[in-house]
Amino acid sequence: MGTQFWVVQAFNGVSYGALLFLVGAGLSLIFGVMRIVNLSHGSYFLLGGYVALSVIGHTGSWLLSIPIAALTIAVVGLIMERLFLRPEGHAKLVRDALIALGIALVVRLAIGPILPQLLPGLIGGIIQVTLVVIVFAIPIFLLLQRISAVAIEADVLRQVLMTVGFAFLFQQAALDIWGGNNFDIQPPSALTQSLVIGGTYLPLYRLFMIVGALVIGIVLWLAMEKTRMGAAVRATVDDAQMARGVGIDTNKISMLIFALGAGMAALGGVIGGAFLGVYPGLDFEMLPIAFAVVIIGGMGSLGGAAIGALLVGLADNFGKALFPELAYFTLYAPMVLILAIKPTGLFGRD
Amino acid sequence: MGSQNFKIAAVIVSLLVLLIIVPYCNSFVVLLATRALVFAILAMSLDILLGFTGLASLGQAAYFGVGAYLTAILANNYGFGLKWDFWLMIPIGMAVGGALAAFFGLFAIRATGTYFLMITLALGQCVWGLAYRWNSMTGGDNGITMKGGRPQFGIDLTSDINFFYLTFGFFVATLLALYILVRSPFGKSLLGIRERELRMRILGYNVWLHKYVAFIIAGAFGGLSGVLWAHANGIVTPETVVLTTSVDALLMTVLGGAGTLVGGAIGSAIVFGLREYVSTLVPWWQYVLGGVYVLTILYLPTGLMGIPGRIRQWRNSQTKRETTKMAPAPS
Repeated sequence: MGTQFWVVQAFNGVSYGALLFLVGAGLSLIFGVMRIVNLSHGSYFLLGGYVALSVIGHTGSWLLSIPIAALTIAVVGLIMERLFLRPEGHAKLVRDALIALGIALVVRLAIGPILPQLLPGLIGGIIQVTLVVIVFAIPIFLLLQRISAVAIEADVLRQVLMTVGFAFLFQQAALDIWGGNNFDIQPPSALTQSLVIGGTYLPLYRLFMIVGALVIGIVLWLAMEKTRMGAAVRATVDDAQMARGVGIDTNKISMLIFALGAGMAALGGVIGGAFLGVYPGLDFEMLPIAFAVVIIGGMGSLGGAAIGALLVGLADNFGKALFPELAYFTLYAPMVLILAIKPTGLFGRD
Repeated sequence: MGSQNFKIAAVIVSLLVLLIIVPYCNSFVVLLATRALVFAILAMSLDILLGFTGLASLGQAAYFGVGAYLTAILANNYGFGLKWDFWLMIPIGMAVGGALAAFFGLFAIRATGTYFLMITLALGQCVWGLAYRWNSMTGGDNGITMKGGRPQFGIDLTSDINFFYLTFGFFVATLLALYILVRSPFGKSLLGIRERELRMRILGYNVWLHKYVAFIIAGAFGGLSGVLWAHANGIVTPETVVLTTSVDALLMTVLGGAGTLVGGAIGSAIVFGLREYVSTLVPWWQYVLGGVYVLTILYLPTGLMGIPGRIRQWRNSQTKRETTKMAPAPS
């Protein structure tokens, strides 16, 4: 194990950390601002990769796939936040309608094979679906109106289970849309070269990841520290009630942060898709690692997420290289120790 | 008190029905019922923490996994636990589950709320990491196949139906033991901690110790379910200790009704029915599973066991509304 081993491993660790920063920063901010423990964050990562694959398949442009995937998943996250995590006013009606429609469609899937074929072809199918929706969705919707839904803002266990439920829904949807195969996202050939420094090969793509995460991190940091909006976000993290009291629209901020976090996770999914791949199950593999990043750095802190991502990236790489049999243990044991000694993480305030 | 007796009678009747019907079903259903009962033990062990102490743990699969891996490793490497010594395996599994919980509890118990959730998640992931990567010991990704099959000692447990009876017995024993536990003064103190931790502390209770003991008991019964799982499943893989197993156990408890013990069994039956049975019928079963998660959280805060209470509450509010309607309006 010469110097080269250490240089390559450290480089790989830092670049993996760069990827983890994209996933962890959003999760951390979401917790900091909304106090929501979001277990569908891994799904955003996976869905981002899948959307990018579709965009690349249609347009052939890798560069284009990045913003489209990030935006699409940001919208998915936004809808989830508006309708299910923090529904207010009419959003509750829309949520109940959506649930009723969902149940009706599942019922339609279940009884589909035994339904009589009214008319052949597409029109018959549409009529069938419409009938099922009318027969099932409307009564269910009316029933749901009578049952008062429980607010989940204050209950972390309920947040966990609800967001896990969404993770399962996303998993099944991804399986239905993109199938169960393993895919790789092929970056442009310019990025697949390697840089040779003193006899050590450094893949350009990993260098790109580090630079990309650095740029995004700096932009985010500037936005958080230097803009009015950033100040409002920081105020909400510190004390949401007080922030509301001085006239900050915390509702808008929570919406913004959730979309931003989901979009960043999707971004990570696109960029990580080149060497992790895109496959069913990646969502739940990424999720605990993202939590390790957030916990080690401290929830709600951008700088903490950066340090946490770096530490986890390095621990993961050196763990796998030096103690392969203890690889994941070396990743989660520090998480336990930090939680036990300083529950708010290395950089968390509270 | 009358409703309490009614509930006990209902539980006994449903258990008897289960015991009578299952042997007449095909082998797939027998195995399914066995596995659901094993998970019911796990869910009930979690209920001690979640429902009776107010601690939401995201790492209950750790004790389950340790019990299962220990059983598989001892059976495969040393031939231990395949004859009459299977009866020794049960207390050993419980002791190891309890011991692991005693160790983990030192880190976890001080934390509350989100931090407790996170630290139990991390502890569970530590166990998962070892199961997944410690190839020489755990077989890594492939897991360990139980080469020796199920124990035989006069009673032939290789027959699925006999193993069902055994699991049923352990399920009933666990239910009884935990029922006695939650009705004991210790159980009442746990409830007090769940409701008003600060008040209990001021009253002079050692809150940390109460939580710690509850944590160990939950770990011990988690270990028991793990021992049974290894034999029910025939193979132990990292899937047993993965995060989703812990989450499943949580859902089972919440779905059935936290703080009711039997709720965990109902939840386990439903989740297993979906996961193992519906998945053989339709490829899109995860929509149903995900839907059950979301709907339970939104509309069933007290779980299935709480539905009668909710209906009663709703009726009361309706009659109240009627009476206010009839009362003369103040002028």
